[in-house]
Amino acid sequence: MGMGDKMPREELAGRVGSDEAHTAEPTSFLEVRDLRIHFPTDDGLVKSVDGLNFKLDRGRTLGIVGESGSGKSVTSLGILGLHNRRNSKVSGEIWLDGNEIVGSSPDQVRRLRGKNMAMIFQDPLSSMHPFYSVGSQIIEAYRIHNDVSKSVARKHAIDMLGRVGIPTPDKRVDDYPHQFSGGMRQRAMIAMALSCDPELLIADEPTTALDVTVQAQILDLLRDLQQEFNSAIIMITHDLGVVAELADDVLVMYGGNAVEYASVEDVFHGPLHPYTWGLLGSMPRMDRERTERLLPIKGSPPSLINLPSGCAFHPRCAFAELNGGKSETEVPLLRELAPGHKAACHLPLERRREIWDEEIRPKL
Amino acid sequence: MKKTKPIALAAAGLLLTSVLAACGGGDDDTSTGGGGGGGSTAQNDALTKVVNASDKKGGTLRIALSDDFDSLDPGDTYAALQWNFSRLYARALVTFKPVPGTGNLELVPDLATDLGKPSDDGLSWTYTLRPGLKYDDGTPITSKDVKYAVERSNYSKQLQTGPKYFKQYLADPDKYKGPYDDKADFKSIETPDDSTVVFKLSKKFAEFDYLASMPQTAPVPKAKDKGLDYKKAVVSSGPYKIDAYAVGKSLSMSRNPSWDQASDPIRTALPDKIEVQLGQDANDIDNRLLSGGLDLDLAGVGVQVPAQGKILGNTDQKKLSDVSTGGTLSYLALNQTVAPLDNIHCRKAVAYATDKLAAQTAFGGPVTGGQIATTIVPSTVSGYVKADAYPSGPDNHGDVAKAKEELAACGKPNGFDIVMSARSDRPKEMQMQAGLQQGFARVGIKVTFKNAPFSDYITTLHASPDYIHKNKIGIIFTKWGADWPSGFGFLSQIVDSRAIKPSGNSNYQETKNPEVDKLLDQAAETPDKAAREKLYAQIDQTVMAEAGIVPLVYSSQLLYRPASLTNVYVSPAYSGMYDYVHLGVK
Amino acid sequence: MGVPRDPRGAHRSARPPPLFSFIIRRLLGAVGLLLIVSLVTFAIFFLLPRLAGASPDDLATKYVGKAPTAEAVAATKERLGLDDPFPIQYARYVKGIVVGQDYSNGPEVNHCPPPCLGYSFVNNEPVLPTLMDRAPVTLSLAVGAAVLWLIGGVSIGVLSALKRGTVLDRAAMAIALAGVSLPIYFTGLLSLAIFSYWLKIIPSTQYVNFKDDPLEWANHLSLAWITLAFLYAALYARLTRAGMLETLNEDYIRTARAKGLPERTVVVRHALRASLTPILTIFGLDLGLLLGGAVLTESTYSYAGLGTLSISSIEKGDLPMVMGVVLLATVFIVVASLIVDLLYAVVDPRVRLS
Repeated sequence: MGMGDKMPREELAGRVGSDEAHTAEPTSFLEVRDLRIHFPTDDGLVKSVDGLNFKLDRGRTLGIVGESGSGKSVTSLGILGLHNRRNSKVSGEIWLDGNEIVGSSPDQVRRLRGKNMAMIFQDPLSSMHPFYSVGSQIIEAYRIHNDVSKSVARKHAIDMLGRVGIPTPDKRVDDYPHQFSGGMRQRAMIAMALSCDPELLIADEPTTALDVTVQAQILDLLRDLQQEFNSAIIMITHDLGVVAELADDVLVMYGGNAVEYASVEDVFHGPLHPYTWGLLGSMPRMDRERTERLLPIKGSPPSLINLPSGCAFHPRCAFAELNGGKSETEVPLLRELAPGHKAACHLPLERRREIWDEEIRPKL
Repeated sequence: MKKTKPIALAAAGLLLTSVLAACGGGDDDTSTGGGGGGGSTAQNDALTKVVNASDKKGGTLRIALSDDFDSLDPGDTYAALQWNFSRLYARALVTFKPVPGTGNLELVPDLATDLGKPSDDGLSWTYTLRPGLKYDDGTPITSKDVKYAVERSNYSKQLQTGPKYFKQYLADPDKYKGPYDDKADFKSIETPDDSTVVFKLSKKFAEFDYLASMPQTAPVPKAKDKGLDYKKAVVSSGPYKIDAYAVGKSLSMSRNPSWDQASDPIRTALPDKIEVQLGQDANDIDNRLLSGGLDLDLAGVGVQVPAQGKILGNTDQKKLSDVSTGGTLSYLALNQTVAPLDNIHCRKAVAYATDKLAAQTAFGGPVTGGQIATTIVPSTVSGYVKADAYPSGPDNHGDVAKAKEELAACGKPNGFDIVMSARSDRPKEMQMQAGLQQGFARVGIKVTFKNAPFSDYITTLHASPDYIHKNKIGIIFTKWGADWPSGFGFLSQIVDSRAIKPSGNSNYQETKNPEVDKLLDQAAETPDKAAREKLYAQIDQTVMAEAGIVPLVYSSQLLYRPASLTNVYVSPAYSGMYDYVHLGVK
Repeated sequence: MGVPRDPRGAHRSARPPPLFSFIIRRLLGAVGLLLIVSLVTFAIFFLLPRLAGASPDDLATKYVGKAPTAEAVAATKERLGLDDPFPIQYARYVKGIVVGQDYSNGPEVNHCPPPCLGYSFVNNEPVLPTLMDRAPVTLSLAVGAAVLWLIGGVSIGVLSALKRGTVLDRAAMAIALAGVSLPIYFTGLLSLAIFSYWLKIIPSTQYVNFKDDPLEWANHLSLAWITLAFLYAALYARLTRAGMLETLNEDYIRTARAKGLPERTVVVRHALRASLTPILTIFGLDLGLLLGGAVLTESTYSYAGLGTLSISSIEKGDLPMVMGVVLLATVFIVVASLIVDLLYAVVDPRVRLS
């Protein structure tokens, strides 16, 4: 499917804007507004995502980073509408190319899945069905959304496998996932995700299971494909290195919400949240020797049932005492501190810049 | 013996009338004349009269059996039900009179024109076959076939299931090896012509007619004999021929076209077909009997416990049931070689202390557990005379005072320790044993147990005097039923000192009384039935006097006769099951 | 059963060996297994009693009947060859299977062609024809019930898993628990009482040959099928439910949904197929075991199948018949597990036959 048959965004936006149920027209290709995803459990309400906002345009890549349990994967599954409505509560708005997903029927969302938005999962071996050949899994994905014959779909599958760099795709198409190497499997996974030219591609830790050289190949591939298809990409990772390679914007999540949201340059050169500093400090660097040891973030991720009061990060924050206990009582808002650079922290901005310049950056 | 009225022939329908008339009528027969072709019946009616008397031919008699036949071959069977049932397709020389009550114990000619005629010296018995007898294939039945049938069943090494009484009583100077392995003629059975067969005995045996009533004298044509496989190709001499027999599964029979009513005064042959389902679940058989899906349980040993409850608790069904006495005695054999039971007073102490009611209760109470026994020969066997050598008190719990007296006389006033045995795979016997143990404890007789499963018990372990002695087993529980319903048939194997064997012994108490042996021999030589019966009573009393046997119960069973079944009566000659030669269906 | 699963992340591997050689090796293994099973059965019947002190006479006595005279015992001992040492008796048995056996019934000599499993000690029936005669009953019973319980159990299990926690799920699982817990002789007799004696819907449970009348065959077996299937369906419903719940949490199910597949396709094509593979293994063994004789069902409904045959043969100490049933049951289990393994390789491409 080519780019030509996509409707101009203005038109779509205009149409949806007439719907009074929504507060405002979306201005971006993807807009997430006040997204909350809660899971009632026997122990209490797990607030995996709690009031998240972000935007993404076509042709651009958003990196979502954070530790396990920060809510990044839950967010991506929320966008795809994959949360079971029986055991989860999703609220807020997710606008994809003018379609609101949270309020749509499961079947409406299903029609968008795979076609308008697709996902690449972390572990390609467990994420592909072991009993079906790679080709048939791609064919299946393609034929749901395109009324074509099996042979046409098969040609398309071979074509896709070729495009993601799998050698002799016409032979490999009938192989099973376990017959592929890890990198090839991830390529096949990408081929499957891209088979319907999705406008939004969500990649959840796409390279975690792979060795470093293969990682780089996969990232190159994603970059190339993005240029080719003009997709919007959400790259979910805990690896800031990947983000640095690929992302245009970065969303740092902690405890189910964004703590910093900025362009990739700002995040790497002038991050304004202690948690981001921590992430940077614990990032291994390939390009040069570290002057000191890695700086891991002390403590462990917070409980999503009972988030710490005030700033959720304060129990682990080395600088929380610097503002007279405000961090422990008051939830900091995500505020725009510089054009296109938002962060949620009570520390005075100047003090943060000082700490970054004097204490953090030199150690990286 | 019960006082009985002369038979009222009119009651039983025309055909039955002629049949009974042909038997020569009886002065000892029983029939109350009730029924007259059905109508209402009461419980136990079939003990004394023909229930649902009918001469209506046709229909299919539907029968089930929980096991298979031991063999359909009349020459290779030892099952009471089969001796009864085989008469539908295999006619022996003589059989039991087809009437209800004790008259049933009387022998009447079947294939033969008369009962056996003994020679003056009592050493040969002659039978003459009826004229015009034919097998189902139309070939004539000759006396040679009877001779052959006895030879194969008693002398071949292949057919081992049935008893070997002919071998025991017939002269056999040449050690005949049976028709399969011995080409020589067996000289102790003579066939001077095609309708005469003469048996030559080695010693006198007044009850030879009982042997002639066994299915082993039913003719087998040599040309059709297949040895062990004959059971699947039995040639019929009776009113029904075998159409199909699937081992362990089913048997179908239909009328034998060659059978002639005129040559057969015994059978009425009412049903057109007889279907037997084999290997059926015992409880399911009962359910089908009660729901009308079945006419007869061939086993003839009564319904299972669940069905007993249903029948006895339902007035309508209770009317269709009979509590019949099975001709089997449950008793304690007191081994006379195991101390202190070598002392007669100690044995008498055990006899008095025995809690017979506890035994009866363990076996299922008065209905299905049996009646309290006081003699060795059961009430349904000819030769029974009422006696009670060791009365066990008004409530049958035993006579403690008498038992203590005897203990004192024995020199064991405080009792003694003794080992008792029963069949460990028989739950009721285990209960009985516990009940008796408590009873004995009242007088200080302390009982410990040495049990074994049935098959070992009756063949190798407890049936071996050596084993009994080695383990000092003084009280041996066992059951005994006769191969033929006379005092001789009942007593000869269990009280004759010469019957004591190193294995397979059934004289458990080891009665070694020359007087008893002499009386048995005398009975065997006494042609007069009444005189013989007196001798049996004498033997019974002699053994009881030395307290070798403590009778517990005469077995009984709850039989059920669905309303669909006609011409039903209990046959004392066949262990108290219904007589199978007369049955018909509505 | 000897089929290693491909470890996760294995790389493209050598081609599997030809199917043919796999089957041959498995069959050879089966022959070895049959030898061991027969030897053990033989030893239980002959060696153990001898070791426990029973003489050949004692053994022979069991097969004589009510009148174990010395002559009868001797004749029986000779006929059954009980005097020979254990290895010779066993060798004779194996020889009979390989070259057949001659046997005198008295006037005639019967030849039992190989594979001759001998003759019953109790009623002299040749064993193999008896087995072949009984097998169709058990086969009809087992296969019919298996179809029912597989369809019933799996659909209930799937529904239960999809409607997890609902009233439907709870009710289905409660019934399943009852099915697993209630013994067949209870449900069997109850069903007979209700349908056969009370409602009289099903006249009797007598077996009717399929070739004679397929309709009656099914009609007469239906009650036993349902009763037996109830027992197993319960188990399979629980297994399927558990398997489905586990599979539905698999990453590839999430992938299938992410592709936009309709839920039906996700459940049937993706989840169910994966959940069925472990069930297939159990199914193969269950069916194999059942083919060796559905003992309780057969006796409850009085079917003359392999189960009732084995019970009555054991009761009577009929060694050749017991051996025959045991060997046939072993063959069924071996074949069933072989078929399961072959099917496994068809269903799950990761499995290689080696």
